[in-house]
Amino acid sequence: MHSGLLAVEGVWWKAIPKQEKLWITIAFIWCLILFAMMPLWHMRGGQNPSGIRAKVTPAEYVERVERFVEDYKVGEDNGFPVVEPPAGAHIYLLARMWQWYPVLKLKKNTKYILHLSSADINHGFSLFPLNLNFQVVPGYDYGLKVEPNQSGDFRIICNEFCGIGHHTMVGKVIVID
Amino acid sequence: MIQTLQAKFRTCSVTGLKVNRDSELLIKANAVIAVVCLLVGALAAFGLVLTRWQAIHLLPADWFYRFLTLHGLNMLIFFIIFFEMAVLYFAGPVLLNSRQPAPKIAWASFGLMVIGMLLVNTMVLTGNADVLFTSYPPLRAHPVYYLGIILFAVGALVVTGLFFASLVVAKREKSYSGSIPLVSFGALTAAIIAAITLVHGAMTYIPTFLWSLGYMELDPQVYRLLFWALGHSSQQINVAAMVALWYFLGAVTVGGVVLNEKVSRTAFILYILFISMASAHHLLVDPGFGPAWKVWNTSYAMYLAVLASMVHGFTVPGGIEMGLRLRGYTQGFFGWLRKAPWGDPGFSGLMLSLVIFGFLGGITGVTIGTEQINIIVHNTMRLPGHFHATVAGGTALSFMAATYYILPLIFQKRVSFWPLAKIQPYLFGGGITTMAMAMIYMGIFGVPRRLWDTSFSNAPFSVEFHPVVWVTQTIFGIGGLLAATGALVFVIIAVATVFFGKPLTPESIAKSASGIPQGILKLPPQIYSGSEVQNVHERGAKGTVILVFIFLGCFVLYYFVNWKILSFVWKVG
Repeated sequence: MHSGLLAVEGVWWKAIPKQEKLWITIAFIWCLILFAMMPLWHMRGGQNPSGIRAKVTPAEYVERVERFVEDYKVGEDNGFPVVEPPAGAHIYLLARMWQWYPVLKLKKNTKYILHLSSADINHGFSLFPLNLNFQVVPGYDYGLKVEPNQSGDFRIICNEFCGIGHHTMVGKVIVID
Repeated sequence: MIQTLQAKFRTCSVTGLKVNRDSELLIKANAVIAVVCLLVGALAAFGLVLTRWQAIHLLPADWFYRFLTLHGLNMLIFFIIFFEMAVLYFAGPVLLNSRQPAPKIAWASFGLMVIGMLLVNTMVLTGNADVLFTSYPPLRAHPVYYLGIILFAVGALVVTGLFFASLVVAKREKSYSGSIPLVSFGALTAAIIAAITLVHGAMTYIPTFLWSLGYMELDPQVYRLLFWALGHSSQQINVAAMVALWYFLGAVTVGGVVLNEKVSRTAFILYILFISMASAHHLLVDPGFGPAWKVWNTSYAMYLAVLASMVHGFTVPGGIEMGLRLRGYTQGFFGWLRKAPWGDPGFSGLMLSLVIFGFLGGITGVTIGTEQINIIVHNTMRLPGHFHATVAGGTALSFMAATYYILPLIFQKRVSFWPLAKIQPYLFGGGITTMAMAMIYMGIFGVPRRLWDTSFSNAPFSVEFHPVVWVTQTIFGIGGLLAATGALVFVIIAVATVFFGKPLTPESIAKSASGIPQGILKLPPQIYSGSEVQNVHERGAKGTVILVFIFLGCFVLYYFVNWKILSFVWKVG
């Protein structure tokens, strides 16, 4: 037997000792389990980042957001419009330096489609404290089917660096029973 | 003619290798610049830790984000790649007893890389590149920033090419016989991945440079795809280089053996085959790609590369165990481990790097790289927690451990501050582990990465983290300070040794052992033969078998706990 520093003469394509064969087999089976879990969760699990995806120009998206706010606005909170969409509605949330627009008012155990896009640069959608995280990319509309499973007062934190105001970029989602 | 040949080589009194003087000088230059970049990165780290630790909150916002950019670039790119250039010069010409092809081109490339590094750092420090290491468009930096990175990458690509050339030269001039040693094979793997990575880098940075000058449009999602083809592949270079150094350190510290050349070499090849695909795990919650692409790429490829890591995770400690058993340390399951030279920073660094990379880095990495689990992880503090375990606790620590042998072997100096050197791996490794675990915990509570103010004091709506987050943040602060101190101590030891260390000669070794790792005082046997070898080989590496099954147990547990946590959040699809 020799160390890894020595050049190897002759044929080194030799049979694998039993112990290693056992470990490689078990590790390989574990790799297959790791792989299988993902399609399985798509079929049986409740959380997948699939979404309805499309390309959209930032200007178009901003306009769509304004129409959404006009359609379903019910109030104001700290200068932001509060919007309460009906069940099954398409929600349009805008990320821009440095705010989440508008504030959303949703109902527990109700299905919606939450669209995410940006008016300017990359942002990070992070629903706190649930820790639901998605990348918000300008030019792309990420339409995620969501269903809140608890009521409460949630925050949207930006977790992708977006310039000097990044740490002030906080939005709000209220879920009622 | 013989005079010239003699001037070109010296014979190493420890290993018997014929060391080419040009290659040796190139190793020294690259290693020294690597450590300078590590120093810049470590000083930035102090600033970052003392700012993210909310109670202290040292830097103002703009300098925090600037230091973050500086830290990422100098640690992940400049320190690691300059050091890897040194590793290539060592694993090629030196390990193969061969000459350095085209030394003038090698020096020109070194110069190009240094100029690139200086341009980039200048741009960052003058506020012309407040874009962070990833520089995602439409965030825009000064064109010279992108140019600096391109120059650095071109230099590195040429050095990679020279490494391939040195393999051809060594083979043709028959300076070794048989197949190249496993350590050189590992370095070859790293070099092939480097070539592929740097080509992706060109595809990313040349258009971005042109865009910064206003000559073309860029799609932000396409940039992210190409950037991560460069970004994650570069981590595979680091993994291959780290594993090659694990085999090197195993050999020189304790006479560790290769359990099976076929297995280890095939595992290296699995790394090459699957790099580009694994980059998908950075894009799992991006809008530009569908689930089929995400699942296929993040899993199929990655898990075969993961299999390769799990294979090395057995063969490296198994080879160390076998080497120690062959030298007589045969009591029980772990006698070899207890009697191993833990006071040798080359050995302790090796073992800490192995454990931190495998247990903390590897397990968290595969788990958070699962398409759906990524939903509760992306851009939280769990990410820097994971990659500090792999890159800092794994790769950087293995580079530090190797340095303790390179200083006497290549620089021919006694290691300065030897008592401090003996504890440095524990200081750095312990600090990184503490810091990384704290970061992972904070991430689970939703604390974002890349954020100046965790209290969100100027935001329109309040964000109140669970009180345990503030305690964890303090632990993060302490761990981070220990780690940054450990890095600084390493820099001080390396600089003191290179410039002021006592020269080492074969005669003076006999007089005093201070500053000389035990593997150099007495090189362990590099080859074992005889009937006793068969017996020990048959009985196998029983201690390592237990360790890898403990590892697998932790893996399975951590993995399924995360699925459970995911199942609690809103339905999303």
